[in-house]
Amino acid sequence: MSEQLNATDRKATVSESVGWIITGGLVVDRTGERIADVAVRPDGTIAAVGTALDLKALGLANAPVIDAAGCVVAPGFVDIHTHLREPGREEAETIETGSRAAALGGYTAIVAMPNTEPTIDSVAVVRQVLDAGIAAGLCDVRSSGSITIGREGDALSPMAELAAAGVRIFTDDGCGVQDDRLMRRALEYASGLPESVVLAQHCEVEALSHGGHMHEGEWSSRLGIPGIPAEAEELMVFRDIALSRLTGMAVHFQHLSTAGAVALVRDAKARGLNVTAEATPHHFTLTHAEVASYDPVFKVNPPLRSAEDVAAVKAGLADGTIDAIATDHAPHTADVKEAPFDHAPCGMLGLETALALGITELVEPGVLTMTEFMAKMSWNPAAIARIDDIHGRTIEAEAPAHLVIFDPALEWTVDPAALASKSDNTPYAGRVVRGKVRYTLLCGVPTVFDGEAQR
Amino acid sequence: MSRPVSNPRHGSMRNLLSIADLGPDVAAGIDEVMTLTDSFVEVSERTIPKVPALRGRTVVSLFFEDSTRTRLSFETAAKRLSADTMNFSVSTSSVKKGESLRDTIETIEAMGVDAIVVRHASAGVPRQVAQWASSAVINAGDGWHEHPTQALLDCYTIRQRFGDVAGKRIAIVGDIRHSRVARSNVAAFTALGADVTLVAPPTLLPPSLEGWPVKISTDIDAVLPTVDVCYLLRMQRERMTEALIPSIREYSNRFGLNEKRAELLPDHALIMHPGPMNRGVEIDAAVADHPNTVIVDQVRNGVAVRMAVLFLLLGSGTTWGGEADV
Amino acid sequence: MAERERRLTPPYGGVFVARTRVMSADDMQRATKRMAHEIIERNQGLDDVVVIGLQTGGVPLAARLCEALELIDGSEVPLGCLDVAFYRDDIGLRPVLPETVTDIPCDLDGRTVVLVDDVLFTGRTIRAALDALSDYGRARAVQLAVMVDRGHRELPIRPDFVGKNLPTRRDEAVDVTADGVDLGEMVK
Repeated sequence: MSEQLNATDRKATVSESVGWIITGGLVVDRTGERIADVAVRPDGTIAAVGTALDLKALGLANAPVIDAAGCVVAPGFVDIHTHLREPGREEAETIETGSRAAALGGYTAIVAMPNTEPTIDSVAVVRQVLDAGIAAGLCDVRSSGSITIGREGDALSPMAELAAAGVRIFTDDGCGVQDDRLMRRALEYASGLPESVVLAQHCEVEALSHGGHMHEGEWSSRLGIPGIPAEAEELMVFRDIALSRLTGMAVHFQHLSTAGAVALVRDAKARGLNVTAEATPHHFTLTHAEVASYDPVFKVNPPLRSAEDVAAVKAGLADGTIDAIATDHAPHTADVKEAPFDHAPCGMLGLETALALGITELVEPGVLTMTEFMAKMSWNPAAIARIDDIHGRTIEAEAPAHLVIFDPALEWTVDPAALASKSDNTPYAGRVVRGKVRYTLLCGVPTVFDGEAQR
Repeated sequence: MSRPVSNPRHGSMRNLLSIADLGPDVAAGIDEVMTLTDSFVEVSERTIPKVPALRGRTVVSLFFEDSTRTRLSFETAAKRLSADTMNFSVSTSSVKKGESLRDTIETIEAMGVDAIVVRHASAGVPRQVAQWASSAVINAGDGWHEHPTQALLDCYTIRQRFGDVAGKRIAIVGDIRHSRVARSNVAAFTALGADVTLVAPPTLLPPSLEGWPVKISTDIDAVLPTVDVCYLLRMQRERMTEALIPSIREYSNRFGLNEKRAELLPDHALIMHPGPMNRGVEIDAAVADHPNTVIVDQVRNGVAVRMAVLFLLLGSGTTWGGEADV
Repeated sequence: MAERERRLTPPYGGVFVARTRVMSADDMQRATKRMAHEIIERNQGLDDVVVIGLQTGGVPLAARLCEALELIDGSEVPLGCLDVAFYRDDIGLRPVLPETVTDIPCDLDGRTVVLVDDVLFTGRTIRAALDALSDYGRARAVQLAVMVDRGHRELPIRPDFVGKNLPTRRDEAVDVTADGVDLGEMVK
């Protein structure tokens, strides 16, 4: 049996629990929105959902109450794009600190990206990640696996072994698979695996992006920083759509950032191809103008793009072209980020700010309804990660109580030092946002209680 | 944990990071430097070309990239103002041993310096340094971004010959894309009201010219007869290997200022170059020695302009283009 | 009062309000003529004499003094102007910027320099001027001519030729223009 965490495994750790009654919240799941109470059994499953629940009949008469009035109660969020840095770069983040950040962000499941040291290209490293996730006990930590050995783009990783160990997303994230033929083979090979898996692509044609450190355009020209053209992303999106059609295999596009890439995916979906896509909070919130400060905290890959691209990403989220919001949470220590812009590594924190940015930038301006937003935070990414049997489920009796309870109106100011991540590299320092997690329940156990991480 | 930023100043003219930083009225800021430079040109012409204005101040040259010319110019300027100079060059420093940029700055600051002159191959480093340093920071060239004192000395040289930069037609020819000199000069020349044309193959222009108040041309022969100043940029040979130009020979044939082309220039037109020149590439040897070629004036004025910048930042007690802050 | 003094005297950038006229334009003209005679007498003629006005208030006075010297003696006297901004001892303490470019008309080696200023007060400007002059050569002698000596010296400096000795309070201000000399205050 795989090392996946599920409701049954969780039982042992919740033995002291007497269950929870979550009252008065706006319950949002794939069936829609309604005000209802949610009763959670001590075993971590949902006992009942509704109004005027008969707690005595449910055996939960003594269960403590979580007052969720004014809050949204939703299936826990799923981040299909998290860099946990362990193994190899534990000074930036560990699976424990990353899990804590995830819990505080409302996530009950995260998929660790494979660009660790060593690369997650063997069952041994997958197990190490899964074990550390269980030991941390703050989040259901899943592991991705690399498409190629060492993410070097030369030889296929042992995909069948990795899939058997629980890997469902294969990606060389950090770079794209450059070799067209190798990518075709990877898709063909993966299509014959017994498990349902998906190949996720970081779309970047390195021949075009090489040497670039920000979006190529008005600001790169003005700032004298070598640019990465939008076409570097779009050409690979185009190629992988073609390869998906050729092989019939599912392709997931990671962190779409350009108007052209969104348009290509929209067109592919219209033609019925088996493609999905994600976007990050920073690509719908920030533009390349931020780089004018030369602060490497704004250095990320794909780079922050133009205002037109941001608008296109939002439009893609609104019309369903982009299925999921993924954080691309990428912690880096201060010393490596306090380098010249072109020497600093790419990446920014995301887990603890994604919800608030989604509410502030998407829900409040009317780009997405709350239910649509929750779809992109929870059940859509759960489906892409092939864990929708456990996460992102409808909030109903017998479902595992992987839940998030957040106040969508609570205003707060992002303070890098106050974040649970081991690193500080958030680009939102000082930004006033709305929406904060009050409780996160992992299998009925609060990992976050009244805004505080529980371990 | 990130360390607190020690210097909360923003936009204050205690630093010279880019031409745009010269204040809300860039032209007034440049004029202030020009006027003061007149005084320092007078100082430089004396038997004893030295004033005690910055006695006891320390100016450190922090050069992460080799540039003997700019470093010497700044050091000469500092010495003529009686400041003490220190030289921190990367080849002799701990940066090679893996010290972070911020640690380097904090180490230098701890020694008690008043100004840091920064040259770095990466764009934006002077701005980062200014955030961490409490001393005045002067950008002596950062990557492809800016080289503001070069632009100031170029403005001064044009003003010295023509009395004014406003209304002058200036062609900047060559590798604009990779040129910090071009970015600073476009900002300075246009702020002063000059009419600037960039002449280069499209591969050597920035990918976007949005917000650049300039004209573009690929036909140098059509532009030369119309200009007051022909400003040539240095063409680096490695551009060829990056497929930006087919060959140095083709570049030189299309864009080099040879003797025949120089004849297209009006009689009064100046020929400028930030140095060091590639004779035979962007400029023919004979043209480099033409009487209208003011490259030596540029170098000479460089010292006086840098004296003016150092004095404005360290001695004048005024903020550029603003009220006194003492 | 020179613009420089106006800017450097607290309150900086204030406005001079005159109270008493202490010298008329005619008084100044007579004083200039008298000082010219004294200069010629002291130096037994005008051989090797250079007149240098201090920026900015001393410059017009130096020009008038030069005219007077030439009228009396018939020989031409080199006239220069000197800005001492870079030699001031208060750099970094208050705003200091030169008013104009220094113009020294000849090599000062072996020359007798007559420095001219409008008001002699603390003596610090003259101290700076002496330092500056030494960078232009080794003058045989430096003499100081001022229209008004208002006292309150902070350095051992004494004028050689004085238009008028004017006892003042420290907080008063003296304004010298072509129209005359006024005593008053700086008002913010």
